[in-house]
Amino acid sequence: MKPSRLARTGRSVLIPLITVLSAFVLAGLVMLVTGNHPLSSYGAIFDGTGLNWLFPWVTGQNRTIAAQDLQQTLVAAAPLVLTGLSVAFAFRVGLFNIGAQGQYTVASVIAVWIGTIWGGMNPVLHIVLAIVLAALIGAVWSALAGWLKANTGAHEVISTIMLNWVAIWVASYLFQEGGPLQGKQALGNPVSNTIAGNLHLPVIWGNPELQGLDVGVFLALIAAALYWAIIRRSTLGYEVRAVGHNPAAATASGMSVARSYIVTMAICGAFAGLAAGIDVFGWEFQVSSTTISTSEVGFLGIAVALLGRNTAIGTVAAALLFGALETGTAAINLNPSAINPELAPQLTLIIEGLVVLLVSTDLIAVRLLGLPRKVGWGRPQAVAAARRDTLAADDPALDPAEALRPEPGL
Amino acid sequence: MRTAVTDTTPVLDLRAITKKFGPVVANDRVDFDLHAGEVHALLGENGAGKSTLMSVLYGLYSPTSGEILVDGRPAKISSPNDAIALGIGMVHQHFMFIPVMTVTENIVLGNEPVKAGPTRPAGVLDRRTARLRVQELSDRYGLAVDPDARIEDVSVGMQQRVEILRALYRSARILVLDEPTAVLTAQEITELMAVLERLKADGTAIVFISHKLGEVLAIADRITVLRRGRAVGTVPRAGATEQSLARMVVGRDVIFRVHKEPAHPELPILTVEDLHARDDRDLEAVRGATLSVRAGEIVAVAGVEGNGQSELVQAITGIREPTSGRVEVDGIDITGRGVRAATAAGVAHITEDRHRVGLVLPFTLAENLALRRYRQPPLSRHGWLNLKAFRALAERLIDAFDVRGGGPETPASALSGGNQQKLCVAREIDSDPKLLVAHQPTRGLDVGAIEFVHSQLIDQRDAGKAVLLVSLESEEVRALADRILVIYEGKIVAEFSPEATDEQLGIAMTGGMVAAA
Ligand SMILES: Nc1ncnc2c1ncn2[C@@H]1O[C@H](COP(=O)(O)OP(=O)(O)OP(=O)(O)O)[C@@H](O)[C@H]1O
Ligand SMILES: [Mg+2]
Repeated sequence: MKPSRLARTGRSVLIPLITVLSAFVLAGLVMLVTGNHPLSSYGAIFDGTGLNWLFPWVTGQNRTIAAQDLQQTLVAAAPLVLTGLSVAFAFRVGLFNIGAQGQYTVASVIAVWIGTIWGGMNPVLHIVLAIVLAALIGAVWSALAGWLKANTGAHEVISTIMLNWVAIWVASYLFQEGGPLQGKQALGNPVSNTIAGNLHLPVIWGNPELQGLDVGVFLALIAAALYWAIIRRSTLGYEVRAVGHNPAAATASGMSVARSYIVTMAICGAFAGLAAGIDVFGWEFQVSSTTISTSEVGFLGIAVALLGRNTAIGTVAAALLFGALETGTAAINLNPSAINPELAPQLTLIIEGLVVLLVSTDLIAVRLLGLPRKVGWGRPQAVAAARRDTLAADDPALDPAEALRPEPGL
Repeated sequence: MRTAVTDTTPVLDLRAITKKFGPVVANDRVDFDLHAGEVHALLGENGAGKSTLMSVLYGLYSPTSGEILVDGRPAKISSPNDAIALGIGMVHQHFMFIPVMTVTENIVLGNEPVKAGPTRPAGVLDRRTARLRVQELSDRYGLAVDPDARIEDVSVGMQQRVEILRALYRSARILVLDEPTAVLTAQEITELMAVLERLKADGTAIVFISHKLGEVLAIADRITVLRRGRAVGTVPRAGATEQSLARMVVGRDVIFRVHKEPAHPELPILTVEDLHARDDRDLEAVRGATLSVRAGEIVAVAGVEGNGQSELVQAITGIREPTSGRVEVDGIDITGRGVRAATAAGVAHITEDRHRVGLVLPFTLAENLALRRYRQPPLSRHGWLNLKAFRALAERLIDAFDVRGGGPETPASALSGGNQQKLCVAREIDSDPKLLVAHQPTRGLDVGAIEFVHSQLIDQRDAGKAVLLVSLESEEVRALADRILVIYEGKIVAEFSPEATDEQLGIAMTGGMVAAA
């Protein structure tokens, strides 16, 4: 059945592309209405992302700037890949992990704390230890929600949101004026100590002083590859997918749904924790109460996972898009004559919001690909079964409604 | 071929319908017509294309080519809404309900009576009217339902009646029933037949799909047979026999009762002692069941649906934790130790509900066939899957069990109902168990496939395995069992030899006292 498989793959690329395009078009309308020129604005944003570096005809000074912008884009995309994986992995087992932000936060605290104590340690060992512990604490934090789900039935959406707030407020407290982890040299500022220069992740492209690209991006790509391998090639991933699609059948096959929930959530948390590790050791070097409460990396992970349809490649691509948007619309990267710099960051939010909205409604896919809109109103399985020839086989995210559906009890 | 039902224009006329799914031709230029007041049965092997043809009619699939005429006029049916507007009602092979809603709500959904509410002039479900209408319909056709019960709490038999009421509620004059009797008890089937007679008398045109030839002969006026997507013939009921129909369906003669030698039972494999278990509603469903199955025999548990069969099976196979009692397999105590322990002790389980429990529908055939042993080599080593081994396993079983409609990479959801069932049977038998628990193993299978599964079960017995058969089909129980145990209200109340009469069994199954035969 090669051709239909090809068609399926084609569709699973096409649908997100259409989604993104529609979001851009709609956001373009907003620009028109507010008196901006969409095309030149998008042009300026594109240049701001540094993606024009890929064009050989961009030379000289422009090329240097483009390179810096592109490094920024990649630095921003790396943690998004990881938080995206955190959300995507949970979707695979049928859980909605809203908690990537909290997992990222507790991991940031641990990373910066470990990174600023034990001065005499071997730097390589020190970095590795700190990042591993960051991933670990993220895993534990997240597994808590999995455990609650498995043992008490507490809905993971509620518990992860609550754990987010616990993490964010505790972390803010730790670094606040007079807080236990406030930096010694930071009197009056709610920030942590700063990580010493010999503990920074090595920069592989660009100027370390100007936030060049650090090896964190490789860690993110390795994580994405690992994600693929776990999902597609390991018994664990097989169990996760089985539980995600049909907990009753998984149970009847001897799998433990409870264990799957806990293990999956732990892995999700490890991804988010790793994101914090590479941010803290890659370019932040300190954490403040303000960054804690304004960071959105974890929340953006939800949009990344949705757009990326919970696949490894999709997540990387979506993270790249969101990273680029973030960099491209940062006022500092923009040509103010082409776009109002005040509008730009809002535009990012608009586009991100539209993407989530469009992805979650499945509307465009349904309309453009000519699927019958209401194919019946049975349980999701029945509806999915009726649409079985049009949707990819093993991808819950192809039908986000399916991925988001409240799962049947244990 | 014209029969003397009526000589007016058919209410429904399907002309040269072709439906392809990629390379699979599910329907190949099929003609099918239907008159008012007629029951036209559609027969065919698993995967012959019956459900597909009806899904085309109901607007779920658009045909690759062909034409649909309703009342002699070409009709464009591109969604179920169009079909409903034309008076077509469908009872699906696999139910489509919202399980947490009540019977009434499920029936009226999509066309609810509304009344003025506090915020909007007309926007609130008028429960009283809805309930009244449902009650009215239910009385008129003798389809007894409890309008206020939640769908998930009522028996499959009642769910079936709700499905029919739903179609009638939307004033269907063309009613399609896709294997409506597959999950019903003999009693319920008799009741359903009476309902269909009444509908027929009212002028409703009915398409009746079933694998049970006896039923078809009892109710149908005409019978059309599909084979591999093509209509191979239409015959009137008069003159048709089970044998002749079976031959048309499978293309060869079928043995309805597989030959079996007398059993030579050996030591007990399964021992169940004073087992108690609760159901999902936390009511005691198994109340002190005691039974044993020896190697080399088939023991059937017969009973009216809802007497604790499901819970008994689940408690034995480790899916449900018993509240007390003991389950032992080949000397190993597996009471309440879960499915994995049961599997390790040698238990295999053909589940009663292939969609909800037996299969992971979006998984490929290979992934589904691996569900029992993905943790063992060669399917996996050190936690990593060996996809080649997955594929090899799937190819072998698809071939050995004649699963049609796809290869190792096809999602199980794309198979026809009967082929999905074969998938489950293949997986469990292939796990080489000591005890095979077969719960409704032939639900939805065609006559040829039933013959096949029955001979497989007998082969398992002859290979020295213990087989516990739980079935609502008295034919099946009689054909396979070496001993028949009757379950009533969660207890084994009587034991019979397969020669027992229907009457003896019937009395025991309804709680009457009988001297064991
Ligand atoms: N959505 C689909 N995608 C791909 N193939 C399909 C799809 N639906 C049906 N098929 C294939 O079309 C053929 C006919 O299937 P159909 O469900 O109509 O059979 P059926 O006659 O109803 O069988 P059964 O008695 O087992 O229910 C089968 O080979 C099946 O695998
Ligand atoms: Mg069918």
